Amino acid sequence: MPFIPHTENDVQQMLASIGVSDIETLFDEIPAELRIRSLDKVPAGLNEMEMSRLMRARAAGPQPLCFIGAGAYEHHIPAAIWEIVTRGEFYSAYTPYQAEASQGTLQLIYEYQSMMAHLTGMEASNASLYDGASGLAEAVLMAVRANRQSKSKRILMPATVNPNYRSVAQTIVENQGITLELVDYAVEAGCIDVASLPTDPGDVAALVIPQPNFFGVLEDVNALTDWAHAHGMLVIATVNPTSLALLTPPGEWGEHGADIVCGEGQPLGVPLAGGGPYFGFMCCNLKHVRQMPGRIVGRTVDVDGKDGFTLTLQAREQHIRRSKATSNICTNQGLVVTAATIYMTLLGAQGLQRVASASHHNTQVLCERLNVIDGVASAFTSPTFHEFVIKFDGVKAADVLTALTAKGVLGGFNLSEDYPGLGEAILVCVTETKTAEDLSAYCDALTAVMVELKGGVA
Amino acid sequence: MSHEINNQQDGVIFDKSHRGRSNDGQAPHVVAKSDTIPTALLRNTPPLLPEVSEMQTVRHFTRLSQKNFSIDTHFYPLGSCTMKYNPRACNTLAMLPGFLGYHPLAPVETGQGFMTCMYELQEILKEVTGMKEVSLTPMAGAQGEFAGMAMIRAYHDARGDTARCEVICPDAAHGTNPATAVMCGYKVKEIPTKADGDIDIDALKAAIGPQTAGIMLTNPSTVGVFERRITEIAKIVHDAGGLLYYDGANLNAILGKVRPGDMGFDVIHMNLHKTFSTPHGGGGPGAGPVGVSERLIPFLPVPMVGYDGEQYRWLTKKDRPQSIGRLSAFAGNAGVLMRAYIYARLLGREGMPRVAEYSTLNANYIMVELQKKGFDLAFPSRRATHEFIVTLKRQAKTLDVSAMDFAKRLLDYGYHAPTTYFPLLVPECFLIEPTETEDKDTLDGFIDAMGKIKHEAETQAEMVKAAPYTLPLRRLDDVRAARELDIVWQPREQTE
Repeated sequence: MPFIPHTENDVQQMLASIGVSDIETLFDEIPAELRIRSLDKVPAGLNEMEMSRLMRARAAGPQPLCFIGAGAYEHHIPAAIWEIVTRGEFYSAYTPYQAEASQGTLQLIYEYQSMMAHLTGMEASNASLYDGASGLAEAVLMAVRANRQSKSKRILMPATVNPNYRSVAQTIVENQGITLELVDYAVEAGCIDVASLPTDPGDVAALVIPQPNFFGVLEDVNALTDWAHAHGMLVIATVNPTSLALLTPPGEWGEHGADIVCGEGQPLGVPLAGGGPYFGFMCCNLKHVRQMPGRIVGRTVDVDGKDGFTLTLQAREQHIRRSKATSNICTNQGLVVTAATIYMTLLGAQGLQRVASASHHNTQVLCERLNVIDGVASAFTSPTFHEFVIKFDGVKAADVLTALTAKGVLGGFNLSEDYPGLGEAILVCVTETKTAEDLSAYCDALTAVMVELKGGVA
Repeated sequence: MSHEINNQQDGVIFDKSHRGRSNDGQAPHVVAKSDTIPTALLRNTPPLLPEVSEMQTVRHFTRLSQKNFSIDTHFYPLGSCTMKYNPRACNTLAMLPGFLGYHPLAPVETGQGFMTCMYELQEILKEVTGMKEVSLTPMAGAQGEFAGMAMIRAYHDARGDTARCEVICPDAAHGTNPATAVMCGYKVKEIPTKADGDIDIDALKAAIGPQTAGIMLTNPSTVGVFERRITEIAKIVHDAGGLLYYDGANLNAILGKVRPGDMGFDVIHMNLHKTFSTPHGGGGPGAGPVGVSERLIPFLPVPMVGYDGEQYRWLTKKDRPQSIGRLSAFAGNAGVLMRAYIYARLLGREGMPRVAEYSTLNANYIMVELQKKGFDLAFPSRRATHEFIVTLKRQAKTLDVSAMDFAKRLLDYGYHAPTTYFPLLVPECFLIEPTETEDKDTLDGFIDAMGKIKHEAETQAEMVKAAPYTLPLRRLDDVRAARELDIVWQPREQTE
């Protein structure tokens, strides 16, 4: 029996001890009319060899060159990371309820919290949330709790925030009477024009500021932060962690810095893997830490005075506060956080900065080269980090992407559905993983595709 | 007293850092400094991250791992958590390069192998739960609960039935249940549990009414017994116009034996990290798919995987306009779902009922043996399901040795402690869940250790109260952790 170690002799001894004749008797409290006899639609079991063969066949196939970002980014992942992460002691442990028997996980989370706080320029970090999108939703809920001056439950949500994040936030906060009000962007610049913001926005709990924004464009975060603070709002920063090796940390935005910082942790050593598991990070300053959702680990001492680590500030959480908790979240994304912690350790500030710079550099190079192609032009004028938007003249973005896929290039993310006003446009991402040859392959493929689609040479 | 020396290797990673040490082999080549980003948007000082070698990194984190109890190293009978063996094949096969490299927004025709697995997992989960349709997207049990309650709300709202403002939860419910109901904009009404562990039906009848949106139940319940009058409860709730929510925390106990859909539940979440053996990972990532009855199908969270006879593709809000919407940036914890799928295929239809059978056998065996050793059961008249509760109230009263003291002493014997102090309504409780993957020798060792600790408590209570002794650390000062908050490492002084 797969994964069940009992011998017939074991079973007989155990049944005798219990005082029943067979295992079925142990289910005699379940009403007979509810019992089922079989699970016909579940296939019969496979052994490991058969299953390996099936899965290898399903995982096989050409791996196209990927220039899609839009919230999930392909970066180099050092081999050591997942070798360690999948050690049974990390892989098969659970939430550190028994601190003395979980010092490995606890210390690791403390180190993770420290790295995230230093990266974002904040004083505190939690042990992670599910992903960047749900993390933003939790940040919105937290801001409404934390902004005691505001009674409105209104949140300003720029259109330059990832559309999927906005939609997740809507799903999660709408039943609590919170409204997310869209802030438009400047059509030429591709980011919010601070001068266009109202002088009297009324009572608003928080402004969300994405950096870089969904178009890859850098927002004027300093002016936005000061504008929000001047009107009694908290600032929620949603940021790319890789970019923070280069860009001003949210804790230093404007005069007083952002109040809550969240984002998608996937770029830090986590594979694309079809969309998850990733993790959401969340940081804040100490004055708001009691409003933060999720697990937090603190350093303390044991009875002998030795340094050790334990879950702390648990009075915020559902297992203590039940219906009055800051969130219903129970766990974190422990294993993925383990990967990110090892990633940040292996790279260090210098390595991470080189990843960010190389990604930025490659992006600039590709953007310039694509702009030369007939019928292709950058959509925006503002500086970007590692993504940019290009528009097509006279052809459908969907057709371009389909034709590129046929040539082995995943050319980007089609924006025309989420941003119909942009016309036929795609979002292209380039990271440090792309070589000069890869960039040329993209250029050549797109050049050919544009000719084909415009009815030129077949 | 202590013969230990303070081991330098046990510090935090920052203590091992030296300025200028780097791993060039892990970083891309240096590129020319960009002048396209305005100075005002650039960072002035680099972030304070460790500067250590690859070797130091590997050693540090390997040593940290060795300070954990885990399923792979210890018996881990943590009740309500289903700490069963995580088959290695599930990890290896989910981490095939073709799956890891698949971008969630890549054209679906480039990921049909991946999509096939997801679709088949939906089908398998439908069959084992008896629900009509399944969405895989919730990223944890708590998010599955949220999705479930949000669907119940969307259902009532769509019918214009907006006066329903209350959700009923048993007092034994997991803390996420009431917290979730509040997140969905509901008030929580608690009802008591009877002395035999079943819900108090009279209290339910008194609590229910036109204001009731639904009830959140776990069956087997959090007190480790099967709710025998579930059909009657379902009728009471449905007759009042409410819906039934099933918390799948304890699905392991009934896999292939009885299905929530057949019990009358309208919506259910599953914890794949429990029943389908995906790793607990030190507290996540989990996966909390939801299944629904016919009437809730339109409201399921997106995306889901659809199949048109030729191709698998994502179903979005365009396909499901009444959906409660998205819960994750992409499609949930895909890699976790993949591991669960592989596990389900390895078990197969014949393996699933065995999970319930042998986890129940193991739990009943420990329960009976502990009772023979003089432990008090919380519900002595009942069968154990896949778990059961011992109450140490008598020991706490007469010997002043608490459940927490027993738990810490168990660590010295090399066993992870059972769940303590949950459910809250049983004083000084141990919720014990052995799972089906443990052999009889391991169970006997645990039973023996429990007996020895009981004897120690009776003869040398002070010793038990100061346990553990054999772990890297003794008991930790939780009060200090909260009062003198140290949650982020700061440099004590400049080091070169």
